[in-house]
Amino acid sequence: MCASVKYSSRGPALIPRMKTKHRIYYITLFSVVLLGLIATGMFQFWPHSIESSPEWTLDRRSVHDAPLVKLPVSSPIPERGDLSCRMHTCFDVYRCGYNPKNRIKVYIYPLQRFVDEVGVPISSTGLSREYNDLLSAISDSDFYTDDVTRACLFVPSIDVLNQNSLRIRETAQALAMLPRWDKGMNHLLFNMLPGGPPDYNTALDVPRDRALLAGGGFSTWTYRQGYDVSIPVYSPLSAEVDLPEKQPGPRRYFILSSQTAIHREYRTELERLKEENGEALLLLDKCSNLSQGMASARKRCYKGQVYDYPQILQESSFCVVLRGARLGQATLSDVLQAGCVPVIMADSYILPFSEVLDWKRASVVIPEEKLPEMYTILKSIPHRQVEEMQRQARWFWEAYFRSMKAIGLTTLQIINDRIYPYAARTYEEWNNPPVVKWSSVSNPLFLPLIPPRSPGFTAVVLTYDRVESLFRVITEISKVPSLAKLLVVWNNQNKSPPEESLWPKIAVPLRVVRTKENKLSNRFFPFDEIETEAVLAIDDDIIMLTSDELQFGYEVWREFPDRLVGYPGRLHLWDHEMGKWKYESEWTNEVSMVLTGAAFYHKYFNYLYTYKMPGDIKNWVDAHMNCEDIAMNFLVANITGKAPIKVTPRKKFKCPECTAIDGLSLDQTHMVERSECINKFASVFGTMPLKVVEHRADPVLYKDDFPEKLKSFPNIGSL
Amino acid sequence: MQARKKYVLLGLCTCCWLLLFYWGGLQERLLALLTRRRGEVVRPWPDWLDRALLPGYAENAELQNGGGPGESPRQRRQAWASIYKNSHCRMDTCFDFGRCRGRDGFRVYVYPPEKGDRVSESYRKILASVAESRYYTSDPREACLFVLGIDTLDRDQLSTQFVPNVDERIRGYPLWNDGRNHVIFNLYSGTWPNYTEDLGFNVGQAILAKASLNTEHFRPGFDVSIPLFSKDHPQKGGERGWLLRNTVPPRRKYLLMFKGKRYLTGIGSDTRNALHHIHNGKDIVSLTTCKHGKDWEKHKDARCDHDNQDLWELCRFCLQQSSDLHAADANNGVCLFPVSFWHVPQAACIPVLLSNGWELPFSDVIQWNQAVIEGDERLLLQVPSTVRAVGVDRVLALRQRTQMLWEAYFSSVDKIVLTTLEIIKDRVYAHISRNKFMWNALPGGLVVLPEYSTHLAHYPFYYLNLGISPGQEFTAVIHAVSPLVSQSQPIMKLLQVVSKSKYCSQIIILWNSEKPPPHRSKWPPMPVPLVVTDGRRKTSSRFLPHVTIETEAVLSLDEDTVLLTSEVNFAFHVWQSFPERIVGYPPRSHFWDPVKKIWGYTSKWTNEYSIVLTGAAFYHRYYHYLFSHYLPPSLRALVDRTSNCEDILMNFLVSSVTHLPPIKVAQRKQYKDMPGPQSTNMAPWATPEHFNQRQDCVNTFASWFGYMPLVHSQLRLDPVLFKDHVSVLRKKYKDLERA
Repeated sequence: MCASVKYSSRGPALIPRMKTKHRIYYITLFSVVLLGLIATGMFQFWPHSIESSPEWTLDRRSVHDAPLVKLPVSSPIPERGDLSCRMHTCFDVYRCGYNPKNRIKVYIYPLQRFVDEVGVPISSTGLSREYNDLLSAISDSDFYTDDVTRACLFVPSIDVLNQNSLRIRETAQALAMLPRWDKGMNHLLFNMLPGGPPDYNTALDVPRDRALLAGGGFSTWTYRQGYDVSIPVYSPLSAEVDLPEKQPGPRRYFILSSQTAIHREYRTELERLKEENGEALLLLDKCSNLSQGMASARKRCYKGQVYDYPQILQESSFCVVLRGARLGQATLSDVLQAGCVPVIMADSYILPFSEVLDWKRASVVIPEEKLPEMYTILKSIPHRQVEEMQRQARWFWEAYFRSMKAIGLTTLQIINDRIYPYAARTYEEWNNPPVVKWSSVSNPLFLPLIPPRSPGFTAVVLTYDRVESLFRVITEISKVPSLAKLLVVWNNQNKSPPEESLWPKIAVPLRVVRTKENKLSNRFFPFDEIETEAVLAIDDDIIMLTSDELQFGYEVWREFPDRLVGYPGRLHLWDHEMGKWKYESEWTNEVSMVLTGAAFYHKYFNYLYTYKMPGDIKNWVDAHMNCEDIAMNFLVANITGKAPIKVTPRKKFKCPECTAIDGLSLDQTHMVERSECINKFASVFGTMPLKVVEHRADPVLYKDDFPEKLKSFPNIGSL
Repeated sequence: MQARKKYVLLGLCTCCWLLLFYWGGLQERLLALLTRRRGEVVRPWPDWLDRALLPGYAENAELQNGGGPGESPRQRRQAWASIYKNSHCRMDTCFDFGRCRGRDGFRVYVYPPEKGDRVSESYRKILASVAESRYYTSDPREACLFVLGIDTLDRDQLSTQFVPNVDERIRGYPLWNDGRNHVIFNLYSGTWPNYTEDLGFNVGQAILAKASLNTEHFRPGFDVSIPLFSKDHPQKGGERGWLLRNTVPPRRKYLLMFKGKRYLTGIGSDTRNALHHIHNGKDIVSLTTCKHGKDWEKHKDARCDHDNQDLWELCRFCLQQSSDLHAADANNGVCLFPVSFWHVPQAACIPVLLSNGWELPFSDVIQWNQAVIEGDERLLLQVPSTVRAVGVDRVLALRQRTQMLWEAYFSSVDKIVLTTLEIIKDRVYAHISRNKFMWNALPGGLVVLPEYSTHLAHYPFYYLNLGISPGQEFTAVIHAVSPLVSQSQPIMKLLQVVSKSKYCSQIIILWNSEKPPPHRSKWPPMPVPLVVTDGRRKTSSRFLPHVTIETEAVLSLDEDTVLLTSEVNFAFHVWQSFPERIVGYPPRSHFWDPVKKIWGYTSKWTNEYSIVLTGAAFYHRYYHYLFSHYLPPSLRALVDRTSNCEDILMNFLVSSVTHLPPIKVAQRKQYKDMPGPQSTNMAPWATPEHFNQRQDCVNTFASWFGYMPLVHSQLRLDPVLFKDHVSVLRKKYKDLERA
């Protein structure tokens, strides 16, 4: 700004000396320069909030710079929370609207400092560090919007985390003064320490109309199910102390009680338990004679012996979390962080995030009345389960308790799940630790169904130009009783399929699909022409399979509709010398893959192959013109966690016309390529999903000493 | 001169410009200005200068103090009991846990019927289910839960089944105790058009098991919301769902369908009236039935005749309003909804629920958002776009999930009642209860008994979900009936064979002979521990959950079974792939005899089988527990009385849990498997009486299960190179092929 003033003062002095014809020219020139300078100067010193480097921190304000708002004494007070509120009665869902991302939008009110008429603030602490962290986390998340008109949820910047620091009436007035308050509709308040002495209510006492409450320490009588969210009481210790994850397993103590304010009646009870069970229990209390300067919050004592808190929690399998005057206890967070299984004794307490978290897998909830039986109850829990609970407890802490950010975003996600229930996170997503998520499988065809025989199967024959062989295959397959339809995938773009009149006459419909490119993956395309669940993928030279064999294959598929059911089996092996996987087509005692030159499988896997194949596997297969069957085996085994089923003795596809050597399959380079495929796929999947089994499926009476004519499938070929 | 001046000036200006341009970082500023709007969205909550100076929300000491010790817990509990009553009831305050501490724990007592009481068909079924359940007791003193004999199902005063004066009558019961520990079943309350929640009597502190509970009156963690069912709902068994195949993409004529009554007034009428807006006549149809009230026939039009339930099968999603669950017309005591809501899951049509204010059935334990599409009544017009956006994978999952829930909890009155009881029991014994996963995963919560274990990995059903595999060892349980007289007895050979298997961790001999068990020294030395337990001469004792069984796999054996070690090893490998099924050797089969109209049993060689004998079979040890605790004592008594059929019962049990057939593996054929009249000294298992007994068993068991759970299989699992023309040196299980 100063610069521009300087230049403009010099300007007029020059102008009078000019001739008039130049004057206009110079004036224009100078104004341009001037404007430019002014603009530049303005940029130079314009306040910018986005600058992260400290040189331009002009906008970095202090909390105390927030505008002051005076509350008139007569300013309205909201009504007390309505206990009958539910999402469909007290929440305006129209504000949230339909959006393809299924995400709610959250608006945060700018910070204001509310004072009463005499200038006394409504809260003794003002904005706390925790609430500031929470609001920053929300504003950094993709829930956030700065557009108040598009917001679905409003979060006031008035900090009500701790009711003790609030002036109830004035806080309520301040809430009602928020510009979009509107009876508290769609407003979300975060509170961790509700109530006050002596009787400590279990929900925030501040009148709040219809606002949603994310509260720590709800009891079943104050919690509005499906409306409020129960949140943990955040423990700032978790930010101070770094407790590395400890492997689940037996610990030095069996039960540990670390709380300092346990009611006399309960302490007596615990001491009695200790007497009975000795060293397995450790009962800690406040330290009475700590030297000056030691943080009493970080120490616990037992008979003069001092222990570090919360480190000592890691030394115990179970940790007691008893209710005090409050239901919600910050100890719960410390206990979970230590990977100690919380033993929660707080009748009527709504556990944090209980709407989505399955606490039975991470904690033991015992009625307060049963405290004397605690030891027996805990002893009856199997060791393996205790270990799993320890792991689960730690995972809950890491995902949902760790920081204000975790607590805040989990709360928003829960509300989001209610508003868009069809896009809600699943039980597994909420509750399974990453280790389990990684190793577990959720079979897409999980319902145990044996589909009826009647609709039969659709045979899909992939062909290029071997018409004669193709026609023989068609004639052979058409003899199979359960064949419903035959689909020929014509993969040759340069040549048209033979005229209709030349095709073999068969009893079932025959369709020819012409493809745009000669790709191997075309055989696994989910053609609309496939109307049955069962698909028989078959090569155009497989004529050795008997009708009985094919029909039996279909019957086996009906019993295992979620698996690949094929004839020749193959195996993958770990080559110790080379340190990689190897493909094996020798006659082994084990099977982990079946060739898709002739295999039954569910049509759903065609969808998966075409649209959900991980990585670049699909393109890789098309480029190499090989391994589409290995890819399919990987895909199915990975998603179902199950091995394929090999049926009947067939070991290879040998056709009379073929030469003694089985085409390409015996070629050494071919084998190397197949091994490469396995290694490539295993690296894309990040694991080896294939399962090895030692069995194959035969008809019940196969090779039994029984009249052949009475067998359902007498004509099973060999090898 | 002028020109020079001009150039100098111009140059000067340019210099100034350039200087400012570079020195001032104009570009940066400009860029910043351009991105400013986006930047604001990213970081609007200021990064306060004094963030580090902000106070904590509470002192550490205050937090750890947890508000101090508070009042005396004992006094608090007493105070609660007097404050939180009636509409504020919770298990803590309105339920007497002390009653459930008896030796047998959870017992349910049913009030005896009184003279002159009319009990509706539905309520009769409910009472029968309770009386047949394993929790029933006839002694009120040991009962934990009480069920009224008065029919409380229909509390619509206009209904013919309405029972008057309930209030006076129940108050006269000495056991009533203001309803404590009572459960009251109810399907209809109030009357049309508003269907209030009023039951017409004071339920006091009794647990309400009610269809279509309003969230406002629902006492969370106390009441149980049950599904509405008609009087034709089967007592037992129940149909399987109609989902027979997982066709992809789901081939259904309609995408979304609404079918129901069109009310002009009363609950749900607004939504009904809005429904015609989403009807497009092509893939979204709204069919409103005319059958309502008494004179609907007068207004009948052509569309009314389309009213058949096949339509459900044609659509992929079915729009449902939960008030439907409520709005059954009770006027003539008949539910006018032959296709009530609960048939929708059976029809494998995915329900789209507009459930504002209604507690979904068994919402305590069932995760409804995994099985239905939940919508908001207020956003009805969004439903079509929501439904269209549901992908193939999710449709597939939802359809299977609704089907699974239907089969596990809704398909019969027995299941509905048992689920209600189990939910209450899980609350009473909270630390030995099922977690949400057990309730929602196959095979469903009713066959998962938490007393066995609360650990998921101890069950045969969850290995894949947990990403683990079954254990590498098994325990052999040998059922011995004949006294030990010689060292050449078959049992000696069997012990040798089994103990040689590297997967065998221990052998248990279940001594069921008349003679006392022989001295330890009589048994041959073993590489694995040998335990002899007393079977008390009961056939059913072979399936007792012996504590000594520590492995997941059990190999059940008869003393005269002839096996090879490699046969055992192979079968064990197969079991590891199918841990939830029975894997055994000799098969049997059942069939329907259309002439006698009974089930038949055959031991002939057939092309299919549905039973494998447990004289030699692998299965998960959990089935021991189920056998001894899930099945009714009457069936086990039958087994003990006849010393027969225990294997058939086990097959029934496992197939009813898995819905799948057992697995037969390869075995050398032996004479034992071929009973013939020519053999002179007939073994007891080959006599005709024995065989007839087994046939009777099949029918008795089928009637207890309410359906035929056995499933046929046509395949046998053989080693990969079994009987192939391959060098024996290649074969791992060559012993199996020796004749």
